[in-house]
Amino acid sequence: MTPDQVVSRLESGMTLGIGGWGSRRKPMALVRALLRSEVTDLTVVSYGGPDVGLLAAAGKIRKLVTAFVTLDSIPLEPHFRAARERGAFDLVELDESMFMWGLTAAAHRLPFLPTRAGLGSDVLRVNPQLRTVTSPYADGEELVAVPALELDAALVHVNAADARGNGQYLGPDPYFDDLFCAAAQQAYLSCERIVDTADLLKAGAPQTLLIKRADVTGVVETPNGAHFTSCAPDYDRDEAFQRAYAQAAADPEAWAAFERRFLSGDEDAYQAAVTNFRQEAQR
Amino acid sequence: MTTTRAEYCVVACAEAWRGDGEILATPMGTVPTIGARLARLTFSPDLLLTDGEAMFIGDVPAVGAKAEVVEGWLPYRQHLSMVAGGRRHVMMGASQIDRHGNQNISCIGDWPRPTRQLLGVRGAPVNTVNNPTSYWIPKHSPRVFVAAVDMVCGVGFDRAAAAGPAASRFHGLRVVVSDLGVFDFETPDRTMRVRSLHPGVDVEQVQAATGFPLAVPEQVPTTREPSESELRLIREVIDPKGLREREVRA
Repeated sequence: MTPDQVVSRLESGMTLGIGGWGSRRKPMALVRALLRSEVTDLTVVSYGGPDVGLLAAAGKIRKLVTAFVTLDSIPLEPHFRAARERGAFDLVELDESMFMWGLTAAAHRLPFLPTRAGLGSDVLRVNPQLRTVTSPYADGEELVAVPALELDAALVHVNAADARGNGQYLGPDPYFDDLFCAAAQQAYLSCERIVDTADLLKAGAPQTLLIKRADVTGVVETPNGAHFTSCAPDYDRDEAFQRAYAQAAADPEAWAAFERRFLSGDEDAYQAAVTNFRQEAQR
Repeated sequence: MTTTRAEYCVVACAEAWRGDGEILATPMGTVPTIGARLARLTFSPDLLLTDGEAMFIGDVPAVGAKAEVVEGWLPYRQHLSMVAGGRRHVMMGASQIDRHGNQNISCIGDWPRPTRQLLGVRGAPVNTVNNPTSYWIPKHSPRVFVAAVDMVCGVGFDRAAAAGPAASRFHGLRVVVSDLGVFDFETPDRTMRVRSLHPGVDVEQVQAATGFPLAVPEQVPTTREPSESELRLIREVIDPKGLREREVRA
């Protein structure tokens, strides 16, 4: 598939999970394809980074479910911050582990999972829909019942995959991409390279085979497709580009120029503009 | 060379992990990172440390340098399990903190439409009800030490008690270290108390920089001096570039 074909399967109003973490291994080529599309009014479920920032800047988010939005080396995501401060969308603000249990519950087809996280905090105040559950055993503990985060679709990016959707991560952390895929009705996997199934174990041990093809609807080969987030060991975060993104995001005119330069064409045009940006920086 | 304020802060942060045994030390910020590494190299040798990403490190490199030895794997999902299991002591930052130890890193103002959006709650809720938690405040001011935080991310003693036994069972805030002193909650009503002040800081100064009344013991101790070997470790081994001095005003 191509990124545009993936997005053609998505509809406005969907609940969309986006894998990765902060500014790490985000399916950015698929997010860029979303930006080119008419799809909007999304409920986005993400350990947020520039994926959330770009979709917020494009006005495509109706509701965001997250524990944070960050660029990692730049702590605050400027588009997310601006969107929140103008009240641009609804927010379901969960603790990091509540978010994980919500995905896990959906992947296990459970209505909720109990956790201690959230007790005593204002996460319960700002999410009046959250309920507690009392242990039926002797301890009688009253815990938070994190509802399942069921997804209409998930977008994730890994280092390698075969054409059938067996996905392989080769960096230090799987993040939660397997859970996103298992929690979704449809899951789309972009990868640095599509390889023969017989070659998957040449790149890494069996435990690098993170995502099962039964959980994947479509596979897209998008080299440099996590740019400008990190995709170790293929590449690190493009810090210079991320700085340029964050600076542009802080100013409407600069952002319009950034969009013209990088986001007005297709993925090939984006990658060419990034190459050009790097060459300029080296001069 | 006299001991700098930042070096007293490093030692005070290190002291937070004294006696913790074989648990994960999770420092956030430069001075706590130096402190955790100092503790591991001296009085708490069994502490586990990470590279800030997914690896337990087996050696103790300088801040900013890469570890040469990996002794284990800790991706985010396992880190969250370790939090819930309790074998961890985190030192977080705080945009706001109140006298009961409630902490905010999410946003300033009304949550539905904040005047200033910050990080979000991150892992503060799960941290504070599961494992020992301390805080590091590099610039002690009434904007940080407030009467009431705008959004409770990290749970304070009053909120943990009100939320019931499941919330208070493993809750325990240890210390708050700032550029002015060290604070704890060792009072009958579990409110913030002066444990020690750094040399050159007096009670009036710290109270003026705090937006609520602090409990003050009759005799206020002074934060302890680093030993010669601790100073050498800080200056030559852990932080030879002096990054600590950038985080703490002179």
